[in-house]
Amino acid sequence: MALLALKEQLNVLLNSMFAEGLLDQQFQQLQMLQDGSSPGFVAEVITLFCEDSERILTELSKLLEQQVVDYQKVDAYVHQLKGSSASVGAQNVKLACAQFRQFYEENNKEGCIRALNVVKHEFYRVRNKFDNMFQLEQRIQAYDAKQQN
Amino acid sequence: MAVDAETQFHVLAVDDSLIDRKLIERLLKNSSYQVTTVDSGSKALELLGLRDEETDPPSASLEQQEIEVNLIITDYCMPGMTGYDLLKRIKGSSSLKDIPVVIMSSENVPSRINRCLEGGAEEFFLKPVQLSDMKKLKPHLLKGKSKEHQQETEQEQEQEDNNNISSSSSSSTDSNTSINNSNKRKAMDEGLSPEGTSSNTTNGNKKRKAIDGGGLSLERTRPRFSSSSLTVV
Repeated sequence: MALLALKEQLNVLLNSMFAEGLLDQQFQQLQMLQDGSSPGFVAEVITLFCEDSERILTELSKLLEQQVVDYQKVDAYVHQLKGSSASVGAQNVKLACAQFRQFYEENNKEGCIRALNVVKHEFYRVRNKFDNMFQLEQRIQAYDAKQQN
Repeated sequence: MAVDAETQFHVLAVDDSLIDRKLIERLLKNSSYQVTTVDSGSKALELLGLRDEETDPPSASLEQQEIEVNLIITDYCMPGMTGYDLLKRIKGSSSLKDIPVVIMSSENVPSRINRCLEGGAEEFFLKPVQLSDMKKLKPHLLKGKSKEHQQETEQEQEQEDNNNISSSSSSSTDSNTSINNSNKRKAMDEGLSPEGTSSNTTNGNKKRKAIDGGGLSLERTRPRFSSSSLTVV
């Protein structure tokens, strides 16, 4: 049955995200908070996270392109991204941000640029998986809706 | 419908991060609290009816919204007014000082935690805030209610005393009320130790009896303009 196959796929995807460290226990907290009165909660928060992160990564890139880098601003953005990734359970992004910190504390521009690339890599990785996750969920919901008719 | 158990508590949440505001709002609503969220300390003060006298002249602004809240939960790290600054403003205000304040932070810095607790914060939560942290709010909310209830009860008793010839009945009611209150205070004191050590963080050793309460699950987010906090909704 196609519906079961979809659900299985979703399970496999989520399990792999946890196993690979892309997600941590905080994401499960989000899932627990989603219920009948707030069915779109996880989608809403993850969407916000993705948009917010894109914005921050763009700003960080700009800052690091400058001749003289404003490390205070870099710190503020990384702190923000670390916080929001922690809040949604995007573990690898959070860890990459923590590591980023050591480079701007040393005012090491090259190190910062490399660290930013790691953060970007981890973010795009988890965002792709989130996209897959939402697509699967939508297909499952469409099936459920059909079956009720 | 019993008055105390079903009255919904109103929590004001302050955080500059939109994602964290969404999260704390959901956590609080999940616990059947009414929630208002703002993105800064100054907005919080405005909402509470305390103008920021440094920036706003005390001109007559009759448009001022004032809401009643039973608890304030605020992020520590915010641009402009930090959570600690907000805490001090609230505790320094005669009208607001009795509102319990909880501070949240993504950073586990013992000196920061101690400073906040010594500054009058009831709790310090490490972010990301968990469902289990929500249980820690109840004692503080109930303490606030029982204080107000005690004041109301005392007022009623004053009237009774004036009417009654014998005062024996009212004195036994008195001792019941005070026993109840001291139990609640005891439950708090078991967990709360302001002279905290580094282990005194959110997930730390604040073991508390989870006080079960119903609370209506109305999904209202708009501020309520109520003069009496015992308004049954």
